[in-house]
Amino acid sequence: MAVLTRERSVVDRPPPAPRKSYPKWARRAPLLPALIFLIVVTQLPFVATLVISFMKWNSLDPTSRGFAGFDNYVNVFTDPDLRSSIVNTIVLTASVVLISLVLGLGLALLLDKKFAGRGLVRTMLIAPFLVVPVAAALIWKHVLYNPEYGLFNGILNWLGFSAQPDWISSMPMSAVVLSLVWQWTPFMMLILLAGLQSKPVEPVEAARIDGASPFQVFRYLTFPHLRQYLELGALLGSIYIVQNFDAVFTITSGGLGTANLPYMIYQTFYQAHEYGEASAAGVIVVAGSILIATFALRVVSSLFKEEAR
Amino acid sequence: MSRIWGVLAWFAGIVFFAPVAWMFLTSLHSESDAATNPPSIAAPLTLDGYSEFFDGGAWPPLLNSFSASIGSTIIVLLLAIPAAYALSIKPVEKWTDVLFFFLSTKMMPVVAALLPIYLIAQFAGMLDNISFLTLLYCSMNLPIAVWLMRSFLSEVPREILEAASIDGAGLITIVRRVVAPIAMPGIAATALICFIFSWNELLFARVLTGVVAGTAPVYLTGFVTSQGLFLAKVCAAAVVVSLPVLIAGFAAQDKLVQGLSLGAVK
Repeated sequence: MAVLTRERSVVDRPPPAPRKSYPKWARRAPLLPALIFLIVVTQLPFVATLVISFMKWNSLDPTSRGFAGFDNYVNVFTDPDLRSSIVNTIVLTASVVLISLVLGLGLALLLDKKFAGRGLVRTMLIAPFLVVPVAAALIWKHVLYNPEYGLFNGILNWLGFSAQPDWISSMPMSAVVLSLVWQWTPFMMLILLAGLQSKPVEPVEAARIDGASPFQVFRYLTFPHLRQYLELGALLGSIYIVQNFDAVFTITSGGLGTANLPYMIYQTFYQAHEYGEASAAGVIVVAGSILIATFALRVVSSLFKEEAR
Repeated sequence: MSRIWGVLAWFAGIVFFAPVAWMFLTSLHSESDAATNPPSIAAPLTLDGYSEFFDGGAWPPLLNSFSASIGSTIIVLLLAIPAAYALSIKPVEKWTDVLFFFLSTKMMPVVAALLPIYLIAQFAGMLDNISFLTLLYCSMNLPIAVWLMRSFLSEVPREILEAASIDGAGLITIVRRVVAPIAMPGIAATALICFIFSWNELLFARVLTGVVAGTAPVYLTGFVTSQGLFLAKVCAAAVVVSLPVLIAGFAAQDKLVQGLSLGAVK
């Protein structure tokens, strides 16, 4: 198997030997505009963030600008609000990714079966992902969660329950998580469904003939095949949800203990004008996501190597 | 047995679709019918929500969103396609390193660069300027586009390329007659993803734009500050703003999957 994947691997395949008539610069030329653009627009600002994070800089107090050493980092780590925002980011990301991955797996397995109207159900399931995130957050906040005339309490009323909970204030974090799970489950489902449909049929048929139960087929054939797709979904999902701003901003405005790091940075910079601290928090977010990213890159590159061609 | 799965799948589909359907239905109700408990499903339909949305100054933000999304998508494709060519068809040495460098910039959360970008915009007098936002969206989408385009261009069979060049076809002919037809679906998938991500973006738009260059998502966030009933209006706004993404996404579902998985899923 190892030999096989090695042979099929893209990354290992040596590129065709450069011809003498085709100089190096000509190969590089098409790459340069994109590379230079990206370095200028994404890497340089980050260097600036790094520099500002060591500075004392409040935009409302321009006279006292100067070098701050690690003060901003100390402030970030000792400020209870910022600390709790780190915890919130982890809780939010982990719960949204895990729940939507499990739900997405269930839905993908359902959609992999044959039934009447499968295409329509698939389309209906994708819809939440295609609603613009801030619009979705507004709908959840005002149209679904609203304690007086929201749909959730309306349905409770309909079904004859007298309880009319105030969803957002009684369970703020779950309210944000639920709205994000609704949006991200279709994403996970799409990736896992593509994984299921790329699964070779022969081993499953052979296993069935040999008397394997559906559970055994799932446990020993489907799941191992799906593993890399589960990892891909989890990591791409994490990258996007760690950075989530729209839902927290719209549904709770960062209140009620739901502020995550992106919201906190936004607030420190936008409202408090503490440039140094906002930058320090930014550097911490980057450090955190480099951790995730190292994982992510490994998974993506392993998936990459197994691409059949 | 299979009937149970079908019923279950339909049930799940309806549950997930319900908020979208409800948004659509509410957008067609009058404000007083939209805010009742229990909900009034069979209330008379009206387009008041929509006309209020459009009369309330929705056009400039929508046009801003279109120009930023379409503009950045075109620039991204112009930068990404040659780069992807140099990473797949005529690869530079160490092309995997370059490829992973592109992806790694995507892993860096945008918030980290928010402040310096704001200061640069302020310094250059580019605050509240849609061109500046377009440029930022380019950098946001370029890594994804390079990855996607590389994965699609590497599907062009080497043999055909070699045969064409042996037959005496020049670079331009090869790109136009051999590469382009095979890469077209990939370009479409890439464009779709770039468009959706730019269209949805809120944080940069919120920080860097104001009255003049505000995009549709920014306009939406400022929508509910007014007192009184606004549910139908908000729903109408949400429908209109989501419509381009819904249409594009439904029309190209398989492209969506390819794009979202960065081309790893074919």
